[in-house]
Amino acid sequence: MPPAALSVHLAIGQAYAWSVFKPPLESSLGLSGTQSALPFQLGIVMLGLSAAFGGTLVERNGPRWAMFVSMACFSSGFLLSALGVATGQYWLVVLGYGFVGGIGLGIGYISPVSTLIKWFPDRPGMATGIAIMGFGGGALIASPWSAQMLDSFGTGTGGIATTFVVHGVVYAVFMSMGVLLVRVPADGWAPKGWRPSEAATRRLVTTADVSARNAIRTPQFYLLWLVLCLNVTAGIGILEKAAPMIVDFFSGTSMPVAAGAAAGFVALLSLANMAGRFGWSSTSDLIGRKNMYRVYLGVGALLYLAIALAGDTSKPLFIICALGILSFYGGGFATVPAYLKDLFGTYEVGAIHGRLLTAWSTAGVLGPLIINAIADGQEAAGRSGPALYTTSLYIMIGLLAVGFVANELIRPVHEKHHERPRQENVAGKGQTV
Amino acid sequence: MTDSTESADSTDTTNRRTGLMALAWAWVGVPFAYGVYQLFLKLTQLFSG
Repeated sequence: MPPAALSVHLAIGQAYAWSVFKPPLESSLGLSGTQSALPFQLGIVMLGLSAAFGGTLVERNGPRWAMFVSMACFSSGFLLSALGVATGQYWLVVLGYGFVGGIGLGIGYISPVSTLIKWFPDRPGMATGIAIMGFGGGALIASPWSAQMLDSFGTGTGGIATTFVVHGVVYAVFMSMGVLLVRVPADGWAPKGWRPSEAATRRLVTTADVSARNAIRTPQFYLLWLVLCLNVTAGIGILEKAAPMIVDFFSGTSMPVAAGAAAGFVALLSLANMAGRFGWSSTSDLIGRKNMYRVYLGVGALLYLAIALAGDTSKPLFIICALGILSFYGGGFATVPAYLKDLFGTYEVGAIHGRLLTAWSTAGVLGPLIINAIADGQEAAGRSGPALYTTSLYIMIGLLAVGFVANELIRPVHEKHHERPRQENVAGKGQTV
Repeated sequence: MTDSTESADSTDTTNRRTGLMALAWAWVGVPFAYGVYQLFLKLTQLFSG
């Protein structure tokens, strides 16, 4: 099951490498920077919407159907975009990659979550961590691969169209492995020697089930929505401006950072983001989800404070703090399905996760907006260096503090929302009962 | 079916399953390793730049 999930997440993670196509699209079709970003932005909006509204369908029709839909949409999005570039119709690129491809992103993102949790009920954090780490890894593969293809085929309309066609075909083949391999465990399946009742010894872990419709009527859903939104907003704050930020922080010092080194810093942050998805999410299986988010939000705020107070005095300090923040950002994404499973059970956890991902879409707008608007404002006021970011950093600390309080307020879901009494599994040797 | 035939069938199934697992992990592992390798190439700029 993990390779099946990875084949989908590694493919759709390509979305974060869209920037590779921006300069050639701008020069060949005469687009502005804002216009060339449209397919990506619509894609992310569609990711949130299709995950939110398609989650119940995914639960009803199963992961194979979902992975097939994701593959069909994601690949045909590229093929439509190729047609758009070849005929000079940019709206087709926006429709293809953004709208159709974006549906593939959303359905693909949630497609393996519920199944992974059912296969690994003893280690849900680790299981979803692997898949969601794949989403981070997708851009690592696509970014150099797409750039290499544009080098080979050319950056004119013909070259871009050919590149899009190759992407569509290769991703269809790559994702089809997931479609073929994915399997849902039989009802009542449990790993050898594992008993659900033993796993539920932590206060927030339930053996009951809550439907997606009921979940969105509980305060727990909205508190977790806030936690995810604020944690992602804080992470994007660094991710969005990482390269200019490290240059500006050390511009007035005896140890300035060159553009090449800043690119290396961004790569290091990507690694921390990915490692956090697997590492912290797996750790949450040991220390519990609530404690893990205490670390993300509490320690994250302290790391932001360290950057704000002393970030420009030491390059290693700045880098270590930024790495910590980015690892918590990735960890927050990867741990949330397991947190949902703890609170609402496995019954419709994929659909609930889909609805929660609207927090990501919101944070995707909020984070860059805060950090860019404030940096631009400070620059217009004649400030430079770390002063460009100080206000944003304190805002991020405030947001993380609010997220910390929201996490503290999360309690077990009231019994009135439970779907039905769940049959206790007779723990066995990995067999159905 | 004799015991020895059943045992051979079971070994065949296990071998097929192991082969499929290895292929599936290679399918996703090779591109991922390529991505991580490219990342490390960029990473060296942080220490040389």
